[in-house]
Amino acid sequence: MMVHTFTALGQYLAADVNSGAVHVLDKLSYDLLSLVEGPMGEEMPRELADRLPQYDRSELEECWGELLELQKAGLLFTDDEYLDPEAAMALPKAAVVKALCLHVSHDCNLRCRYCFASTGDFGTGCRMTMDPETAKRAIDWVIQKSGRRRNIEVDFFGGEPLMAMDTVKETVAYARSLEKEHDKVFRFTITTNGVLLNDENIDYINREMSNVVLSLDGRPAVNDHMRPTVNGKGSYQLIVPKFQKLVSGRGTKDYYVRGTFTRENLDFSEDVMHLASLGFRHVSVEPASGPLDDPFAIKEEDLPQVKEEYEKLARELMDRKDVNFFHFNVDLKQGPCVIKRLRGCGAGCEYVAITPDGDIYPCHQFVGKEEYRMGNVYDGSFDMDISRTFANQNIYTRPACRECWARFYCSGGCSASNLLVNGDITKSNEVACEMERKRLECAIALNAIAAGMGEKGNTESNNTDCNLCEDCVSL
Amino acid sequence: MKHIQTLNGATLKQSAAKGGCGECQTSCQSACKTSCTVANQKCENQ
Repeated sequence: MMVHTFTALGQYLAADVNSGAVHVLDKLSYDLLSLVEGPMGEEMPRELADRLPQYDRSELEECWGELLELQKAGLLFTDDEYLDPEAAMALPKAAVVKALCLHVSHDCNLRCRYCFASTGDFGTGCRMTMDPETAKRAIDWVIQKSGRRRNIEVDFFGGEPLMAMDTVKETVAYARSLEKEHDKVFRFTITTNGVLLNDENIDYINREMSNVVLSLDGRPAVNDHMRPTVNGKGSYQLIVPKFQKLVSGRGTKDYYVRGTFTRENLDFSEDVMHLASLGFRHVSVEPASGPLDDPFAIKEEDLPQVKEEYEKLARELMDRKDVNFFHFNVDLKQGPCVIKRLRGCGAGCEYVAITPDGDIYPCHQFVGKEEYRMGNVYDGSFDMDISRTFANQNIYTRPACRECWARFYCSGGCSASNLLVNGDITKSNEVACEMERKRLECAIALNAIAAGMGEKGNTESNNTDCNLCEDCVSL
Repeated sequence: MKHIQTLNGATLKQSAAKGGCGECQTSCQSACKTSCTVANQKCENQ
């Protein structure tokens, strides 16, 4: 039973964690609800009025009545009735794999400084591409492993997947040829740095790929510092016109221009707005993640600035219907079902990565970590112990998630990030969690503003959780 | 109500009744590849 009250973009808001209900409050109801621990009784406790002397008691009681009405309607202080902890431990049994991150290339033509894949070879020292035979084995394998699931996703990933375009094309043709026989629908996506894009493969991608992720960090200086070519030159000028050409021919199909921000550009809202100024509508800019000694990863001491930056970005995007920032795009009404939200990304069970050798790993971020190698598509091996370990990761089995208001929005975070930072896939990376919570608060506030709710004019102020409002200032 | 406007109802509770088909997109395949946000995924059954 948990209600999260917060302010963002000058709005006073409450999220009822277990029901998914969201309420837009005025200052009085925000101050009152922030002090209430549910469940509420019929009468307002006397000490609450004593703690809020700035308000008239009758007004507080009137507000209490409204809050109580919401509680009775199942919209406040609701219980979590989805799953008991024992059932959560036993949630997954069979390994139904329905999504592949297909590493068609462990080679790359950029030398990005923050690359988690050691600039393409995943720390192996061996740069290689996947041959079509291995890719076809992977398709056969996922058809068999996906059971009765109809929709199968394959993301062509690397390294840089355009360095293995022949394999990409053969894989797509092969998978399509099997769709009818096995009653499957393949959805292909590709994640590319753009260096090798040309008219021919732009047409191909726009025809065959249901989504394309285009890697670009933002402003020219930021991008070129972090994403140099093999020769140490900037990649911005080379790539941007190609991305613009691809997007102009994309029609209504999905795409994201996706960047990374590091400790070196904590003013990343400028990068988001720069990408928007290039004509890119769908933009995602993500924080670099890594262990404490990683010079680029966002650290705890960066959080105040990062949060302020998310708020600044949300203010800039408030009236920009032409820009869709991935992490502010939360559909409160028609998002995924709660069952999906218990389990999150599905790495290691529903979703796996496959290397050019055909080795299977829980996801792309685990590739090269030998203790997490799950099997190989050639011999059909698949380590069910590892799969079960990952399948057991859900918002009830991860200790920090059980206490977190954002659990049904984020669904448990990233196992790979947890391992990187804390050496344990179950131990949440709190820095990433804090950023996620702030993004979600901004996203919910943007929803409220778009719905025309909230106190008019508040969006100009910079409310924070400190409540340094006129009441405190006048003391 | 004078003090409170409800932006969103008990949509999570409602989704529990008919959810779990498993046909929706894997979140990590969407745009991020590093950080999870599941709430911005689409439901395949709507």
